Amino acid sequence: MDWNAILITTVKASIGLETVVYALAAIGVNIQFGYAGLLNFGQAAFLGVAAYGMAVTVATFHLPFWLGIAIGLAATIVLAFLLGIPTLRLRADYLAIVTIAAAEIVRLVFRSVKFSSVFGGSDGRQNFSGDFFAMNPYAPGTYGIGPISFNERVTWILTVGWVLIAICCGLVYLLMKSPWGRVLKAIREDEDAVRSLGKNVFSYKMQALVLGGLVGCLGGFLFALGQASVQPDLFSTEFTFYAYTIVILGGAARVFSPVVGAAIFWVLLVFVGNTLSEAVSAGLLPSLFTVNNIGAVRFMLVGLGLMLLLIFRPQGIFGDKREIALDAR
Amino acid sequence: MHADSTTTKKAAALAAFAGLDREPGVAKPDPILVVDNVVRRFGGLTAVDVAHLEIQRGSITALIGPNGAGKTTFFNQLTGFDSADEGSWTFNGRQLKGVPAHRVARTGMVRTFQLTKALSKLTVMENMRLGAQNQRGENFFRALVPGSWRRQEDEITERAEELLERFKLDAKRDDFAGSLSGGQRKLLEMARALMVGPELVMLDEPMAGVNPALTQSLLSHVKDLREEGMTVLFVEHDMDMVRDISDWVVVMAQGAVIAEGPPDTIMSDQRVVDAYLGAHHDAPMSAEEFEEQLQEAEAELEAEIEEKA
Amino acid sequence: MRRAVIAFTAFMGGLVFLLAAPAWADGEALKGTLQNQGQPVNGVKISVVAEDGKPVDDATSGADGKWEVPVPKAGKYKVTLDTSTLPAGVALKFKDRSTLDVQVYEGSVRNVLFALAPAGAKGGAAPAADDGGTSFWDRVAQLTFEGFNLGLIIALAAMGLSLVFGTTGLTNFAHGELLTFGAMCAYFFNVVVGVHLVWAALLSVVIGGIFGYGQDRFFWGRLRRRGSSLVAMMIISIGLALFLRYVFLFFFGGEGAPFADYNAQPGVQVGPISAAPKNFVAMGIELLVLVIVGVALLKTRIGKAARAVSDNPALAASSGINVDQVIRIIWTVGGAVASLAGVMLGLSQNVSYQMGFQILLLVFAGVTLGGLGTAFGALVGSIVVGLFIQLSTVVVPTELKTVGALLVLILVMLFRPQGILGRRERIG
Repeated sequence: MDWNAILITTVKASIGLETVVYALAAIGVNIQFGYAGLLNFGQAAFLGVAAYGMAVTVATFHLPFWLGIAIGLAATIVLAFLLGIPTLRLRADYLAIVTIAAAEIVRLVFRSVKFSSVFGGSDGRQNFSGDFFAMNPYAPGTYGIGPISFNERVTWILTVGWVLIAICCGLVYLLMKSPWGRVLKAIREDEDAVRSLGKNVFSYKMQALVLGGLVGCLGGFLFALGQASVQPDLFSTEFTFYAYTIVILGGAARVFSPVVGAAIFWVLLVFVGNTLSEAVSAGLLPSLFTVNNIGAVRFMLVGLGLMLLLIFRPQGIFGDKREIALDAR
Repeated sequence: MHADSTTTKKAAALAAFAGLDREPGVAKPDPILVVDNVVRRFGGLTAVDVAHLEIQRGSITALIGPNGAGKTTFFNQLTGFDSADEGSWTFNGRQLKGVPAHRVARTGMVRTFQLTKALSKLTVMENMRLGAQNQRGENFFRALVPGSWRRQEDEITERAEELLERFKLDAKRDDFAGSLSGGQRKLLEMARALMVGPELVMLDEPMAGVNPALTQSLLSHVKDLREEGMTVLFVEHDMDMVRDISDWVVVMAQGAVIAEGPPDTIMSDQRVVDAYLGAHHDAPMSAEEFEEQLQEAEAELEAEIEEKA
Repeated sequence: MRRAVIAFTAFMGGLVFLLAAPAWADGEALKGTLQNQGQPVNGVKISVVAEDGKPVDDATSGADGKWEVPVPKAGKYKVTLDTSTLPAGVALKFKDRSTLDVQVYEGSVRNVLFALAPAGAKGGAAPAADDGGTSFWDRVAQLTFEGFNLGLIIALAAMGLSLVFGTTGLTNFAHGELLTFGAMCAYFFNVVVGVHLVWAALLSVVIGGIFGYGQDRFFWGRLRRRGSSLVAMMIISIGLALFLRYVFLFFFGGEGAPFADYNAQPGVQVGPISAAPKNFVAMGIELLVLVIVGVALLKTRIGKAARAVSDNPALAASSGINVDQVIRIIWTVGGAVASLAGVMLGLSQNVSYQMGFQILLLVFAGVTLGGLGTAFGALVGSIVVGLFIQLSTVVVPTELKTVGALLVLILVMLFRPQGILGRRERIG
């Protein structure tokens, strides 16, 4: 068992690209679900349309990078309105079903042969991150402490990612301390009561949906840029479910919980994954476990963890039990 | 609180009702709310069918009727929580049909709910602040600049504190609303409604589920609303309470207004007696009657199942 | 089902640089497995040509259907399947796709997929490309038949989902895994133990019923009594779905596989419709089960009670119905029927660990279309969804047929949220 390698990859995972991407997606989910009580199960679609909006603009149509970002942002807002207008007046579980369906539609269209000249089918799109890495201020080399270091490209993307996370957390902090955030939290509790006090509930829900989508879409940009590639199946429904797991792990309706939740989620996933595969190759586990099926065990644990959290600690690690939206009302 | 129960406001309200006809839909001297031909159907069932109704400004009007008379549905329609199939109604001369609930509240017609909707995971103070109108900080962009809404927030807090003191909730100010007792929640809901600055307060069963010890205090708060110049329309089952605080009573049965009149004589009106007895409700039940009702309910259930099939 | 595997591979690929190095071959290569209805196809020649037109190498598929061609470097390659080497009775599913352009990335082995189908006959749930000769109306008839086939499977699954929603308010995202569970059970008895599929299916229905009963007895029932909120239960069901799905993946593997019986049945022609006999029998069984469940709901005491609880639990409880018992029976029957649906789905496609999850959205579409919580609405809605999906391929590419169904789901939410047969809800 190479504990050294396991520890290094685990520590790197705590601040790595996946953590950044999932943290941004989860901050978005936290705004929608944690504060406003909206069950948006299509967060993956928001990341997807943003990433594809950018990638297609640059790679398919050879237009400038910043225009790609603008189109990605615009696509996210359009998606939020398309999803929100029909469903935000309906019950919470209707929104859940519609958003999950929409996310599947988006993914199927991206991967279809029919539109492969635009979206690239199941291979997706590459060759769009040149302009982004041209802005890289880091000289070639590795940056970090001892073995915990990254090359200049990863360092650049992680710098941008963590700055964006800091900005988003600041934004959420300011908003949730304000009367705007108060209306949102009240809607989560009982929207009829809020309506009876003269607030336009629909408008606030829409604002939350758009804001959460926009924060998530930053994660979509980073995901695409960090891998220098977009593929449709990165944005599957399971992505959204993991983002929910992260929010609940950290504790819904807490400013920093999605970030800490994402770090813990990836640290655990990478640590368990690496330890298990090392153990398999060292022959420490029964022959039932093989190199091929060991990956599944990690995600079994995710599912199990999500269930146990909701049953035994619905407030997550940092939440206040009296204040979260998940226990019995 | 108010030692002399017949205050000038009450006297004025009573004077306005003096000599009025007892017919449903009778015209009032100064109506704040006028309802015309409002109809609501659920499938084949007509839940509400009110031909004409006027609510006198500055009075306390009670809306009573047997279970299933359509009182709550009528309330929901007037306040924009449910749509009407037909009809129209005006508040202060303003047409309100089709106006969404939050706009109705902004015009000054604020309601409470039968099942109290205290926002239990917000503190009592946050509940109160939520009621205030035209908050600058409720705009997304201004919310990001605390300086732009701080001062207004302080004013709102001050007003909320006054109200909390009046409703004897000031000690609970930083508690989560969920930790309050049923009666305290009713008080909080009423106080929160007052934060909106309403002209007409609509209370849906304000006494339901309230500890008898708190009833008197709630009653006096309702009377205070009239003293401050507001109009009150409330749904209630408890006839003692209706007799105690209302100036005028409207009786609904099977969706329609069947009678109106002053509280001390309305219950002896033949139409009202028929409505209550005919519906088998709110009257003492014998064992046979109970058995009969049970069977009726079962038959209804059976019929409904058949219909679904 | 191949799609599911590719989807999963791609998803894992996204995470790949954090994982322990996968056991890839050293250099770049192209590889693939040729299968016809789950059976390996051997002796087929595959040739690879580089972007500049220079031939790279040829390969012939082995007894397991596998072939592999190493390539010198990353880049674009043309891969051609020599159709003349295909065995008799096997053809390319899409005739124009005998040559594929693929990109090989640095250090990776690229999987290339040639979809095969029985020559002449069309597969049950995977309609072949239009083979030109048939008239428009023949095609419509064929698609209608396939739509009913799919719709009936969805309806079987929807029955339990809808009744559970009606009685407990739970939107159960783990319902798809009940189908997968049924298919996996049948696969175990049929392929591993060696029992004939009919008996394996019966066993799996019984075990599925026990599984449903157990879920309610030891899991959902307890959560209900704890007073967990509906949103919490919904997310718990997502956790359960993830857990079960990866348990299936762990034991079953990522590849789809067929049952041991009724494979590669030659198609029979009935009027304008051509299909394998198993499809007719499957539809018969599905119809029979739906009719039995329907009659049970209408005529038996328990059925009436179930509908009463679904309509108004409080009223039902006050009229002396044991709500908990009714819910438990619904879970048991729902689990058994979902198991059957899983077996039927495995029969028309393949058994895979994602099959239930993939059809779940269509089940949701059927249930919402019919009106949430109404048993008969779910039935009608499901068949409409099945028909719509297959018939939409007249105008929509086959790969996008689900998109159409999901769009309709969204439109129904917009204009008639109570569904086709549902009634408007009373507020307050």
